[in-house]
Amino acid sequence: MKVLYFSWIKDKLGKSHEEIQVSDNIKTINDLITLLKQNNENYKDVFKDTSSIKVSINMETASFEDSVNDNDEVAFFPPMTGG
Amino acid sequence: MIKVQEEDFSLTDEITFLKKRCNNIGALSTFIGIVRDKREDEKLVSMTLEHYPGMTEKMLNKIDTEALNRWDLLATTIIHRYGKLLPGEQIVLVITASKHRKEAIESCHFIIDWLKTKGPFWKYEKTVDKGFWVDAKSQDLDEELKWNN
Repeated sequence: MKVLYFSWIKDKLGKSHEEIQVSDNIKTINDLITLLKQNNENYKDVFKDTSSIKVSINMETASFEDSVNDNDEVAFFPPMTGG
Repeated sequence: MIKVQEEDFSLTDEITFLKKRCNNIGALSTFIGIVRDKREDEKLVSMTLEHYPGMTEKMLNKIDTEALNRWDLLATTIIHRYGKLLPGEQIVLVITASKHRKEAIESCHFIIDWLKTKGPFWKYEKTVDKGFWVDAKSQDLDEELKWNN
């Protein structure tokens, strides 16, 4: 699964994207976050308060309860500041 | 029509292009967003716009389609820049064209309100000695929500 990070999330993690090997027990975005938080303290810090984070699946706005699979592109970012 | 680009745009050129795409225009409404020269009381050195290539085009097309569905419009132009911009530079352009003023003015306002909260852009502001990711404003979300009524 391709996972992308933007804005301060990218800065905190020190990367803009990565490939994650996901097993069958990763069914939702929440499951993916639980998996990512096992990586290190930076991930725990980023995902400690998900109310300040938005997520997309295949470039469509999504929620943390939405299903994901290995072929999806998932992105995490703070609320948008366009315009 | 939507464009996501690093380079600057010309309002005059874009109005000329838009006029060529349709006829019987009775009203044009335009909005240009510009980089301010201050962050609160501090002098702003630059603003860098990060975006999500692919999703940006998708979202801008959705916003454009929504405006065309809600109002009787003859043409629209949305241009959003990304990359490093200096104070005074243009960030975003919205043009809406219709037969009568109400549709053009309302839809232009709608498009910029939705761009604020639905356009996948993130702004990084630099002052002389610091850098900040700009937080989304709750006021912008309120402005977006008012279009749901």
